Amino acid sequence: MSLFSTPGPAGVGEDCADDSRLRDFAAVFFRNRMAKAGIFILAVLIVSAVFAPLIAPYEYDEQDLLATLEWPSREHIFGTDEFGRDIFSRVVYASRISVMVGIVSVTIGIFFGGLLGAAAGFYGGAADDVVMRCIDVLLAIPAILFAIAIAASLGPGLFNMVLAVGISSIPYYARILRGSVLSIREQEFIEASRAVGSSNIRILFRHVIPNCLAPIIVQGTLGVADGILYAAALSFIGLGIQPPTPEWGGMLSGGRSFIRDYSYMTLFPGLAIVITILALNFVGDALRDALDPKLRDR
Amino acid sequence: MTKNDNMLLNARDIKKIFSTKQGLLHAIDGVSFSIARGTTLGLVGESGCGKSTLGRVLIRLIEATSGSVSFDGVDLFNLPGHRMKEMRRRMQIVFQDPFSSLNPRLNVTDLISEPLVVNGVCNSRAERMQRVYKLMDTVGLARRLHGAFPHELDGGRRQRIGIARALALEPEFIVLDEPVSALDVCIQAQILNLLGALKRDSNYTYLFISHNMSVVRHVSDIIAVMYMGRIVEMADYDSIFAEPVHPYTKALLSAIPIPVPGAVRERILLEGEVPSPIDPPAGCGFYSRCFCREDICGQTTPELAEFKLNHSVACHLAKKGGCG
Repeated sequence: MSLFSTPGPAGVGEDCADDSRLRDFAAVFFRNRMAKAGIFILAVLIVSAVFAPLIAPYEYDEQDLLATLEWPSREHIFGTDEFGRDIFSRVVYASRISVMVGIVSVTIGIFFGGLLGAAAGFYGGAADDVVMRCIDVLLAIPAILFAIAIAASLGPGLFNMVLAVGISSIPYYARILRGSVLSIREQEFIEASRAVGSSNIRILFRHVIPNCLAPIIVQGTLGVADGILYAAALSFIGLGIQPPTPEWGGMLSGGRSFIRDYSYMTLFPGLAIVITILALNFVGDALRDALDPKLRDR
Repeated sequence: MTKNDNMLLNARDIKKIFSTKQGLLHAIDGVSFSIARGTTLGLVGESGCGKSTLGRVLIRLIEATSGSVSFDGVDLFNLPGHRMKEMRRRMQIVFQDPFSSLNPRLNVTDLISEPLVVNGVCNSRAERMQRVYKLMDTVGLARRLHGAFPHELDGGRRQRIGIARALALEPEFIVLDEPVSALDVCIQAQILNLLGALKRDSNYTYLFISHNMSVVRHVSDIIAVMYMGRIVEMADYDSIFAEPVHPYTKALLSAIPIPVPGAVRERILLEGEVPSPIDPPAGCGFYSRCFCREDICGQTTPELAEFKLNHSVACHLAKKGGCG
């Protein structure tokens, strides 16, 4: 325990980064078997995204017109599509898009939604009213419709799709962070910080927001799943990634005309979506339990 | 009481009225007093009488509704923001609850150095660490705890962090808002001794807020008794204990246990509840619970008036020699 380590001479303050709460948290988190499975699946996903060219046996746009619409076999373990492209390779390459879309859209949502919500909750009064009424209006629109509307007005493409998914999630993060900020800002340590002369900005970023992160982390994990799902949905209806770039939703869309005779074409990208979302939900649930001290000691 | 240059802080007719859904809540209802440099004013009263609010109003953590405070000759309530920040360095507060008044995500070093960082004192990291260690020594925190988080420490140590934060900017005036009431009795004694020693060494001026008479008597030069947002009696330590005049003070003093086995003190037991501070009725705030009230008490509110030298009382019966 570095709590009892020698402090060393003055000026050596860095060795105190050890945080016993982090260890408690990890212990509780990994006690959950679902969480272990989820982390394992996500690790596989990330590895396949990073090393896609090494893992995939073919290029994602490599056509073999002599071997179109082949059922899974030794050469093409997930089969081939109507242009003779290897579905396994395409699923692996598509994980790059999915991981990127999930993470970037959640980052956009947390950053802007979080700032809006934190400012609204912290400053209160008219600022709170104006921001939250706008957020309420946006919340009244189903997120997927909102994303479709944004994507339709921006036009198809990877960047616009990420933007659409990210923007549509902003109101959810804003509402969550505002709620946490409202409870934290009444705590005595906020007043204590004001008493030593801290500015509002410093109090907000140093004291309020760090104490509001737990619910946002949980929502963010589940939000990655939503992001992937929405991206798939947008691609499915043709507003997302354009062919030949592989994307799970786009592949589903492409395979749907063959679903009766060549069901494997939709099965594998569909499975990829399901498993990824499931893993993210496992991890999100376990995070929520581990971050909530009341649920810890069960 | 005569005013002279020796007074560090003069509060004049401070009022704080909160508007609630039920009506106007008179938390502080016209309070005036002075604190001389290097002395301790003990402020006692029961829960909800406005003593903590008063402490916060004095250092402008809460804005007063009316009244004025002059601190070392400076009119605090009319200072613009940047001047107020300079003044904050000279007046600090120690909070009651050492569990909620420390950010759980910061370690001891961060907590104690926050006042230094915010006010641009000790800009180099090494210099700041040096200062933090010195403060930890001053308040009796072992240096090895510099990386610990508040939840790893007991209440006494946390309160020492709170005190170190208050001392970091070398203030002149410190509001101690029930600094020991959340602590075990033996730790209470340690903290009280620490506060006493600090005052002797550095000549701090304290406003010591407490609901516990026996704690206040150990630290205060002058004691003010508060009830329903008003000071009902104010006197130096000796006179208030030897000769309490206000019936509420008498009742409070009779509740202090005597540390002698078998000793019996005549208890004055107050009946009834504290009336609601929302739209309070005319007359003395203590009227409904007083054991020697007269007709006048229900009609006009007694003002705090000099009873004898350095002993003021807000009671209609004081001139008649009190009651009971």
